Amino acid sequence: MIAFLRNTWRGLTSMRTALTLLFLLALAAMPGALLPQLSLNAAKVDQYIAEHGWWGEFLQKLGFFEVYATPWFAAIYLLLFTSLVGCLLPRLWEYFKQMRARPVLTPRNLSRMPHHAQAVLDVTPEEAVGRAKKAMRGWRMDTGDGTVSAERGYLRETGNLVFHFALLGLLVSFALGKMFSYEGQVIVQADGGQFCNGGIFNYDQFRPGLRVDGTDLTPFCVEIGKFSADYLDNGQPVGFKADIRYQSGADLAANSWEPYTLQVNHPLRTDGDRLYLLGHGYTPTFTVTFPNGEKRTQGIQWLPTDQLTLASEGATKFDPPGVTDSDQRRKGQIAVTGLLAPTPLLHGSILNSKFPALNNPMVAVDVYRGDLGVDDGRGQSIFSIDMKMVDQGRLQKVARKNLALGEELTLDDGTKVRFDSVNDWVSLQVSHDPTQGYVLVFAILIVLGLGVSLTVKRRRVWVRATPQDDGRTLVEVGGLARTDQAGYGEEFTRLARAVLNEEKS
Amino acid sequence: MPVNETLATYSDWLYRSALGVYLFAIMLYAVEQAFARAPRKKAEALVGAGAPIPGIITDEPKQPKSDLSRSERIGRMGAALTVLGALLHLGSLVMRGLSAGRAPWGNMYEYMSLLCLAAVVTWIVLMAKFPIRRLGAFVLTPILVLLFLGGTVLYAESAPVQPALRSYWLVIHVSVISISSGVLLVPGVTSILYLLKDTNGERFPKLPSADVLDRMSYRTTVLAFPLFTAGIICGAIWAEAAWGRFWGWDPKETVAFVCWVVYAAYLHARATAGWRGRGAAWINIAGFALNVFNLFFINLVTSGLHSYAGL
Repeated sequence: MIAFLRNTWRGLTSMRTALTLLFLLALAAMPGALLPQLSLNAAKVDQYIAEHGWWGEFLQKLGFFEVYATPWFAAIYLLLFTSLVGCLLPRLWEYFKQMRARPVLTPRNLSRMPHHAQAVLDVTPEEAVGRAKKAMRGWRMDTGDGTVSAERGYLRETGNLVFHFALLGLLVSFALGKMFSYEGQVIVQADGGQFCNGGIFNYDQFRPGLRVDGTDLTPFCVEIGKFSADYLDNGQPVGFKADIRYQSGADLAANSWEPYTLQVNHPLRTDGDRLYLLGHGYTPTFTVTFPNGEKRTQGIQWLPTDQLTLASEGATKFDPPGVTDSDQRRKGQIAVTGLLAPTPLLHGSILNSKFPALNNPMVAVDVYRGDLGVDDGRGQSIFSIDMKMVDQGRLQKVARKNLALGEELTLDDGTKVRFDSVNDWVSLQVSHDPTQGYVLVFAILIVLGLGVSLTVKRRRVWVRATPQDDGRTLVEVGGLARTDQAGYGEEFTRLARAVLNEEKS
Repeated sequence: MPVNETLATYSDWLYRSALGVYLFAIMLYAVEQAFARAPRKKAEALVGAGAPIPGIITDEPKQPKSDLSRSERIGRMGAALTVLGALLHLGSLVMRGLSAGRAPWGNMYEYMSLLCLAAVVTWIVLMAKFPIRRLGAFVLTPILVLLFLGGTVLYAESAPVQPALRSYWLVIHVSVISISSGVLLVPGVTSILYLLKDTNGERFPKLPSADVLDRMSYRTTVLAFPLFTAGIICGAIWAEAAWGRFWGWDPKETVAFVCWVVYAAYLHARATAGWRGRGAAWINIAGFALNVFNLFFINLVTSGLHSYAGL
């Protein structure tokens, strides 16, 4: 039994197994790049499954749409890291022994070394040894009877161990980050809209880490001021920025605000959380004047459907005012849907957008009246109406028209719908990851360790001076690079020349 | 920020001239390779692949100038043209940068151009260190193909970049990744040559010894790998500022990670009995293939956050 365990452990920690596991890791990570992933784009996953029938469902069962969360992916990297630990611990022990070890005694036959040079010099053996010691200043050195043995490049192993341990550290911090991090997205109206990180219900979308229940979010509030975007003539954006105010920590109690300019690539970092400007779009405001003269004004974000021209689609929904009977109310609900063109381009009466900035924006609206189906308890997209209601005849299209700013249309029952104005909205992301600082530190150590371990070579030099009968001295130099021979030749040649060169003494 | 059209045009001219010069250099290298005599068997055996520990490999004996064979002279002209091509190539990149007023690696065309320049420069350095000049045609041909694809399929007018790319991390991350990928092209090619030589050395007497090829591959990979690692980490730091997380398994990130793992496997394979040599060479080739895959397939076919670097 013990033999079995020992063999398994040896097998697991062997280089061959580590190599196999590295390949498996590479292989297992690939589907994540080739197949749509739930964490990146859930809609695409649904589409893929729908298009591929049983194959799609089969892939889904095996977890191919969330590769990095599957047990098989975890199994591979856990095995790899067990293997790594098993490989590192003995090496660490060896390393500490090595650090105190003296250079190896000079071998009997130096001409057998991969690098070798010799000469008969007009010096005494002591002088030759002295010269060798001078040439190898900075090396770890031992002198014996007419011999010098020297070794250097211990940093290689240091770098190598730093690299591998930093890799372990990075993985552990990454895993902890997945436990305690959270990420939420929310759309906030510019020109005064506010958002507070009080709870997950304030978000449109919230992705908690495994140990985050949403009760303990970092408290802070932001208020979005003016949003501005610059575009080139061809509509390509140059820069987005939002003037915001925020309060966190002591500012919350004192109710004082700090100003900040939120930009792409310049997130707000406050109290351990980060706030990002992810995108923006437009909010058209409509006023509906009901037959009884009552007015309702609403502005809600519409969703850009063309990222280049920011043509946006959406649905602004109204309840008839003053109707308490829910059956009655459900007959008179109104939805203004359609397309918003920030810079209109008309083909006859077909509206499209030709530029993402606001220049006399227009909307092409379909107005629906009837039961929007918002009372049935199910959630409904804020960007569209429930087409089932239309199919069932409970919601009817009652008008279609293009409206410029300030224009209005009148429905058959006298209800008027006016297109008042357009404002900006911004989409924000709040990210919280308490371990990313550690990840960064380990990442830097990885690069440093890797650089050191791949550039420094562990190498040895031996010199032996043997007195000859004629009073001269035979000086032999031998060299051996312990890990990799590549590139040691030049240095050895230089050293040998310094030791053997007669003129330069 | 207006684009300076004149400089952009100069940049395109220089790009095309560099391509022409490279093409000419390839022909000269090919002539040298075709007409050079294979090294005598004895010299070959000394540095053969089977030697247990490679000894000092001195440069091939330098012949006096007057003794230069014709093929030798043609090869030297090829090398000189390569340097000239690299200078024109560099000029094209500099003009691009000046015309757009930003770092000249903001789209796939420019990225490819920088990558290829890095590969050419690596080759020039290797030529100075190893007696392998005649292989120029093998290395420059894939570079020329990439440059040609870059200049035709991927070509993009000089223009400012999107807001997400307006960051000093563009200068650091993209250049480091692009340069390290370019350097990694060379060991990819020498690994293929290694396999040819190792499989059937008799049929390819003019290729350098398998050992020289292996050491070239290793030394260039060892140089590029830490750089590539640093490039990925810079990307993560930038992603943290631009996209809200430092790592999100975006397709490009994923394939870069896979690529990194493969090169890590290469380094380990070279230290593992049974994997040294051929196994390692295959892994190195796989690494480069993945790199090219990451460049073309992931950018052009898949859609991810890195897609804006597109056409």
